[in-house]
Amino acid sequence: MPNSASVYGSSYIRWRRRLTDYAATAAATLTTLLVLAPLLAIFGYLIYRGAGAVNWAFLTHTPAPVGEPGGGMANAIIGSGVILAIACALGVPLGVGSGIYLAEYGRNRFGNYIRFTADVLNGVPSIVVGVAVYALIVLRQKHFSAFSGGVALGIMLIPTVTRATEEMLLMVPHSIREAALGLGVPEWRTTLSITLRTALPGVITAVMLGFGRIAGETAPLLFTAFGNQFWNLRPDQPTAALPLQIFAYAISPYDEWHRQAWAGALVLLVLIVGTVAAIRLIAGRGVVQGAA
Amino acid sequence: MGVGIEVGQLSAWFGRTQALFGISLHAAANHATAIIGPSGCGKSTFIRCLNRLHETNPEARVEGQVRIGDQEIYGGGTNPVELRRRVGMVFQKANPFPTMSIYDNVAAGLKLNGVRNRRRLDEVVERSLRSAALWDEVKDILKKKSGASLSGGQQQRLCIARALAVEPEVLLMDEPASALDPIATAKIEDLIFELKQSYTVVIVTHNMQQAARVAEFTAFFLMGRLIEFDQTQKIFTNPSDKQTEDYITGRFG
Repeated sequence: MPNSASVYGSSYIRWRRRLTDYAATAAATLTTLLVLAPLLAIFGYLIYRGAGAVNWAFLTHTPAPVGEPGGGMANAIIGSGVILAIACALGVPLGVGSGIYLAEYGRNRFGNYIRFTADVLNGVPSIVVGVAVYALIVLRQKHFSAFSGGVALGIMLIPTVTRATEEMLLMVPHSIREAALGLGVPEWRTTLSITLRTALPGVITAVMLGFGRIAGETAPLLFTAFGNQFWNLRPDQPTAALPLQIFAYAISPYDEWHRQAWAGALVLLVLIVGTVAAIRLIAGRGVVQGAA
Repeated sequence: MGVGIEVGQLSAWFGRTQALFGISLHAAANHATAIIGPSGCGKSTFIRCLNRLHETNPEARVEGQVRIGDQEIYGGGTNPVELRRRVGMVFQKANPFPTMSIYDNVAAGLKLNGVRNRRRLDEVVERSLRSAALWDEVKDILKKKSGASLSGGQQQRLCIARALAVEPEVLLMDEPASALDPIATAKIEDLIFELKQSYTVVIVTHNMQQAARVAEFTAFFLMGRLIEFDQTQKIFTNPSDKQTEDYITGRFG
């Protein structure tokens, strides 16, 4: 038989719990909005300032001479694509490979050295990477090139991909590896077809994060890809890149170029988001229902 | 057909800790042999020595002889990867490959070893799932659903089918029903009865009734030592060793 005090108490507790619940939900919602706000603000402002200058000519023409209206950033869009392709060709295999080593064989002193080196490399300012590649490649070849730009961005991609791949592989339960070994699958096949395959969505996310970061880098390209007002598809020649073009146009004194810089920034953002979304879509196909 | 397993003076270590002390026993071909004993007595380590999975732990070490059929598996000429195709294993916790469909889970052992022939794969998948008494439940969703989407009992039978698909001669089972409810457990036990026709089964179990139900022979392990090995009926009705008697009557462990 409940007495009146306990009835009073239970309704008080119920009221207090409900209040706590509302407060916690409100706090979580508020922080989410605060996180999203800068992103939406940047995107909205880019559309406001840049959308007017994005047109077919902007996407298909090279820059017009100073004073002449029109022109576009087609060479910079393609140039960015070439440089990023070189960067990924270098950074993704090296990063994934060393991540596999660290996760599967790296529980020793050598592994710790690699981890430390990767973390330090991750913290090196991007302009320092640019200067280093300038000294190592550009000075030796005696000219700027898309290749050296790709190498600089690739170097920046390696530590991100390495550490993330390691983390993702370590999250794959040991029992899954044993299941494969127990079937008489060789160790290398187990690592590639079972462990890496299971961790692949996470690895792809990590690569995409790194890709998004290097796609917008300007500093490492200043002394390597250098920029170019004209078409160039040869990797051994100075090449335009969207961030470089945006930088050059943004600090120029011409209103027309300012508008184009905004448009370039918008195009860069859309291309990065589009690439990430497309790769996720492709990677997500063929996944069976209920896959963990 | 199954083959016999002859274990002689088998000892195993993890780093400096010795887990097994000179185990000798004979598991008869086409029979089930149960390994019972309290937690930490070395049951799992023992059967992991029979397919050389123990040594995949970098700290692990093994001494002694294990003869499976007419092959000395710790002899110099044995390739552990090839051995594991002859000696299948089912683990305590069902561990289907989470990104693979039901079909691919069963076909994994063959596919990852280079078998590409569609018809052969289809055939092996169906036969293995039938042997594991899972075919009727999954035949319509073979390629649509992930192995991880099945229920716990179904997942364990999927893992048995996966082990059978590579056509082993011996099947090692490490507490295959310990995470399952009584109905799923009964299905697995019925299955073990069937499998004995074609395979030699060594099963680790915590559950003494289970040992009594499925196995002709039972080995009692304690602290890494084999205390008693005999016909199951003898072990449970008239054990020769006092420690065995204490364990099966529930006085310790």
